[in-house]
Amino acid sequence: MSDLEAFRSETRAWLEENCPATMRSGVGESLTSGEGDICWGGRKFQFKSEDQKLWLERMGSRGWTVPTWPTEYGGGGLSKDEAKILQEELRRIKAKPALVSFGIWMLGPALLKFGTHEQKLEHLPKIARGEIRWCQGYSEPNAGSDLASLATKAEDKGDHYIVNGQKVWTSYADQADWIFCLVRTNPDDKHNGISFVLFDMESEGVSTKPIQLISGYSPFCETFFDNVTVSKTNLVGEENKGWTIAKYLLTHERTGISDMGMPAPLNSLAVEKLGTVDGELEDKMLHHQIAEHEIDAASFVFTMERAKDEAKAGGDMGAFSSMLKGYGTEINKARHELIVKVNGSDAFEWEGQFSNNGEIARSWLRTKANSIEGGTTEVQLNIIAKRILDLPA
Amino acid sequence: MAMILNEEQQLLKESAEGFFNEKAPISQLRQLRDDKDETGYSKQLWTEMSEMGFAGLLIDEDHGGTGFGVMGAGIVAEAMGRTLSASPYFASSIVGASLIKAAGNDTQKSTLLPAIAAGETIVTLAVDETSTHNPERTSVKATSAEGGYVLNGMKTFVPEGHVADQIIVLARTSGDAGGANGLSLFLVDRRAAGVIADRTVMSDSRNWAKITLEGVKVSAENLLGEEGAAMKALGPVLDKANIILASELLGIAQECLDRTVAYLQERKQFGVLIGSFQGLQHRAAQLFSEIEVTRSAVMKAQQMAEMGGDVSWFASLAKAKASKTAELATNEAIQMHGGIGMTDEFDIGFFIKRARVAQTLYGGFNYHADRFARTSGY
Repeated sequence: MSDLEAFRSETRAWLEENCPATMRSGVGESLTSGEGDICWGGRKFQFKSEDQKLWLERMGSRGWTVPTWPTEYGGGGLSKDEAKILQEELRRIKAKPALVSFGIWMLGPALLKFGTHEQKLEHLPKIARGEIRWCQGYSEPNAGSDLASLATKAEDKGDHYIVNGQKVWTSYADQADWIFCLVRTNPDDKHNGISFVLFDMESEGVSTKPIQLISGYSPFCETFFDNVTVSKTNLVGEENKGWTIAKYLLTHERTGISDMGMPAPLNSLAVEKLGTVDGELEDKMLHHQIAEHEIDAASFVFTMERAKDEAKAGGDMGAFSSMLKGYGTEINKARHELIVKVNGSDAFEWEGQFSNNGEIARSWLRTKANSIEGGTTEVQLNIIAKRILDLPA
Repeated sequence: MAMILNEEQQLLKESAEGFFNEKAPISQLRQLRDDKDETGYSKQLWTEMSEMGFAGLLIDEDHGGTGFGVMGAGIVAEAMGRTLSASPYFASSIVGASLIKAAGNDTQKSTLLPAIAAGETIVTLAVDETSTHNPERTSVKATSAEGGYVLNGMKTFVPEGHVADQIIVLARTSGDAGGANGLSLFLVDRRAAGVIADRTVMSDSRNWAKITLEGVKVSAENLLGEEGAAMKALGPVLDKANIILASELLGIAQECLDRTVAYLQERKQFGVLIGSFQGLQHRAAQLFSEIEVTRSAVMKAQQMAEMGGDVSWFASLAKAKASKTAELATNEAIQMHGGIGMTDEFDIGFFIKRARVAQTLYGGFNYHADRFARTSGY
């Protein structure tokens, strides 16, 4: 038996024993739907069940919440091939993710690349075990698409900074424990005057206010900083070089947002809801629209697969992630428009048992932000035009 | 199979692009058109393509081919899409060869396949009878008579139909038009009595013909495959053919984008390069995205075809997506070139005129989107 085969059988046995039955539900929640029963971890997190807590503890203790991170930082230390096997085995038993967090898919990779050994030791294991939940302090009221014009000020006080300003669209700031934040350390240089700092959301002077969206959800907050003290040990990378980290992170975020996997075929949803006449949907236009959409959606799924294979073979994703983000989010919006069409008037029920409190309508409205957050579709097109097609400024 | 080109395929891609750029750029197609060339392609080019092994990409080595498979054939078709090189490659090396491989007996294979691979014999397929693709609607009749058959009827939109040596004709041996059963394939010598091949000059300046069959007698040995079961062989061959057409359309779309971007980088209006206008930048970036997504659908279909089995879902996906994207790319290319894009002197117009024909052959977007839906179960 090869090493990988041995790893597979050990993994299978361990999962069989350690993944609680209620954590094997089938399809995982996607970030584009409601809160559901995702385990976000963190100091404030209320576990939905004992099993959910147990599942996180068991996976966290093996580092399998972050399989490829080094073991010294709380990861699983697995090779890419082993991590792939773990994924396959998790999928085989339809395991729910033990932990989903911005720490895992955003801050972690940035710290691994830009952080000091001490910073990694301090923060990564807590992310891996789901002890600390992170939020991202990027956008500001006057710095949206033009993110680099951000103004939140960090004043140099020797061994620490004093931070003043306001962030907006901070995802789950009210439930997060720590924030990774872009601050201005030099007002005279737009891109080379930004630094990347970390601080506790319980620090004195930090306050948050949830923003209610058109979907009725409040996943985002306004976040205020009033003379917040941040130790310089929590500066990641060099002072004034935070934009490099921000760009690296945005690339990660864009790839993440675009990666939705192969969603359930819309035609089965339609047939289930509407039935067929002579084996076909009665609404011929809907039939056509679904076919056209599924052709684009399948082609996009293959594009994600190709991008991953190219990255594995050593290709540089770079601006290609902008294409994935732009295209993927538009596909998801189109998909939800079709889901609404399939469900007719039922789609717009906002409250009540029948609709699970308007799940279809709220998810549909939530997708409208897909092409705004993480850089609008138009910003992605700008990046493609300039960095891939080399069109003049 | 990882969705990247392996070393061998990468080499093939580079050599094919280099070859067509040097030996058959668009100027060659323009010359053939302006000269009203009777064959519609350069014989010397075809000889050189055969020497390069391009004519036998889908033919195994035992029959004189190079056995590169659908991936390789698609890579070459994409390169030809970029230069709009005219040759019997698609009709003979893709469709003719695949059909003989799929349905032919040992004798048919051993006589025809090496000749196709060497570029000496051109074999094409005559399938459609009306302006929309639908093999099951076939009404050309093959009636059995004294140890053979007699063929009557008319075929249209036959690639290289007026220069082919052998035409594979889809004909009805039983049943009525509209049914999949009762269809058979026959090898018909274009020079046989009763075969009338009318060359049809089309927008792409390539070779097409209408074939009229007036009491054409063929012997029983000319039956290709089982009588009455043509679709069993033809279906998968048409899938392969559509994947190759999708590859060519991808090449056309990519070339349209590249030429358009180059134009945006040099053309000035209002005192600045027009490529600096966001209105044009976004159109170009959107087209780039569509082409990349199309590339994935085409590559996936090529790989699935290489692995064998039923690929109708993947083939229709690739052909539908590539047709839509080629339509977008050729339209956008003209729009972004402005007035000069409408002139015959400028090459960009050649792409739209080839793309629409290649889209239409063996079913365009609507046909394949509908087939994609049916094979998905709705």
